[in-house]
Amino acid sequence: MDTLDVQSIKGLVQSDRVHRAVYTDPVLFDLEMDRLFGRAWLVLGHDSQVPRAGDFFTTRMGREPVIVTRHTDGVIQVLANRCAHRGARVCEAARGHARQLVCPYHGWTYGTDGALCALPLADGYDPTPVGTPDFALRRAPRVEVYRGFIFASLAADGPALSAFLGPLRASFDDFVERAPDGEVEVAGGVFKHAYRGNWKLVLENHNDAVHPASVHASSIWAAREQPAAGGETYSDIAVRQMLQNGAPWEVWERTGLWGAPYGHSYMGDYHDDRRLVAALDHPVFAEYRAALERRLGREGAARVLGELRWNSIVYPGCSFMSQFRQLRIVHPVAADRTVVHAYSFRLKGAPEQMFRDTIAFANVVNGTASPVLTDDLEVYERIQGALAASRSDWLYLGRGAGGDIPDRDGMLRGRTGTSELHVRNQLTAWLEYMTAET
Amino acid sequence: MSAARTESEQFLYHEGWLLDHGRLKEWLALFTDDATYWVPLEVGQTDPFTTSSIIFDDRPLLEIRARQFGHARAHARVPPPRTVHQVGNVRILDDDGRELRVGSTLVMVEYRQERQRTWGALVEHRLRRGPDGLRIAAKRVDLVNSEAELDGIVCLF
Repeated sequence: MDTLDVQSIKGLVQSDRVHRAVYTDPVLFDLEMDRLFGRAWLVLGHDSQVPRAGDFFTTRMGREPVIVTRHTDGVIQVLANRCAHRGARVCEAARGHARQLVCPYHGWTYGTDGALCALPLADGYDPTPVGTPDFALRRAPRVEVYRGFIFASLAADGPALSAFLGPLRASFDDFVERAPDGEVEVAGGVFKHAYRGNWKLVLENHNDAVHPASVHASSIWAAREQPAAGGETYSDIAVRQMLQNGAPWEVWERTGLWGAPYGHSYMGDYHDDRRLVAALDHPVFAEYRAALERRLGREGAARVLGELRWNSIVYPGCSFMSQFRQLRIVHPVAADRTVVHAYSFRLKGAPEQMFRDTIAFANVVNGTASPVLTDDLEVYERIQGALAASRSDWLYLGRGAGGDIPDRDGMLRGRTGTSELHVRNQLTAWLEYMTAET
Repeated sequence: MSAARTESEQFLYHEGWLLDHGRLKEWLALFTDDATYWVPLEVGQTDPFTTSSIIFDDRPLLEIRARQFGHARAHARVPPPRTVHQVGNVRILDDDGRELRVGSTLVMVEYRQERQRTWGALVEHRLRRGPDGLRIAAKRVDLVNSEAELDGIVCLF
């Protein structure tokens, strides 16, 4: 794009199609980092990653490197991982514990709230930078924790987190309420899978109910060809998930799909496999259900277990599976490069076998070498590669267009689960962010 | 010990040769029915059940993984990656008469979709003696970059 005035950006997204520049243009990407990732609430992680004062982990908000700390007062801080002096990354470890954060270059030393505490030869500065706001590690202006999930925004103003999340709060509630002790924790390692494609492609795919039959045809077939193992084995979870991707069209059509304000969406569940779905009757889950009933009562537990969601997407940074205890954070690197960090969670108070199932599930759904995920990544790269074709500028988003049904809480529901409602909804939000006057 | 080392070396070279020539059925036949094939996610990972793995396959999953290459619409696997396995530094770590524990290093070049990638790993095989010679009871491949941000992996190490 040569020009980035509001009118030309508005022309890129139409009711049932989107211009390829939205996925390929590096100038638009830079603008996204400012207007979209620089404004929206982004999920950074979970407070179980920083249980004690002094704990920290590093991550990115869009392209901004940040440190998430728990300060001595117990409050979670999100700090720019960039020394206020000469700009070096202060903190290199993925996670750790520290009383102070020391820049490797000249030894500028910060507290876990970002305040500059000390530096060598401090009397060489007049006035001293120590303790001044200009020479602190810059704090994200807004940080909030919802049900243990850490959110931050790089913009001082904007919608409050609760308004931003809207109906998607219920997906986070579902995530946590499923724990017999009412708490979840990050556990079991982090997959970091990357692809040569735009960050939108993964979010568009996660509520796409038509793709599995085609994209995952080979793993569906390979799993179907496998002779049934006697009894339940380690591989059960993975094999069952591969098979479930081959569910008949009626199942996908019946699955609910909802689009919410700010580009969020979620889909209902397409699983009917009792080994996979905790709400269904299976010996492993009897003990779990009993533990949940001790906290919530029979009705309360039935209500929680009756909430069946597959992927919930909080636009633009996160896609998670409340029922399957997975959270994916999308890190845009360039217009044609994306990294996704995928976390597993342990339901506190649930039987250990459920966590083992979570890990087996993570390996097949989010694993970098998964027979399933690798085909998704391949397709993202094929899209990105072909979007270089300048003779056909448009991507079509018309499935279910015009059939979306207004639903509760300002949401739209797809007439069927295979609608491309979520993609249209994401791009509508994209346009709002990108063209808003600030 | 030296005969065992020679036998193990020849076995590992043969395994690499099978993989580099796409002879996956013969490669699968090297594994025992109770075998595991493990590519840990974390450095020094001790457990495949409570921490995720890049790959942790029992025999059924390994068969599915190998079979997938045979589907016409295996998008990420047709055509399959071309590889060269360079196996070195073979050492017998333990030998109880029934099983050998063999350490080796792997440097592997992979080519797929106009892109060449290089992999390095510390490898450990548990090789079980049987009437037909050695079989793989467990294989563990610790990639030097297992914790990195990685593009999708479809090659077999």
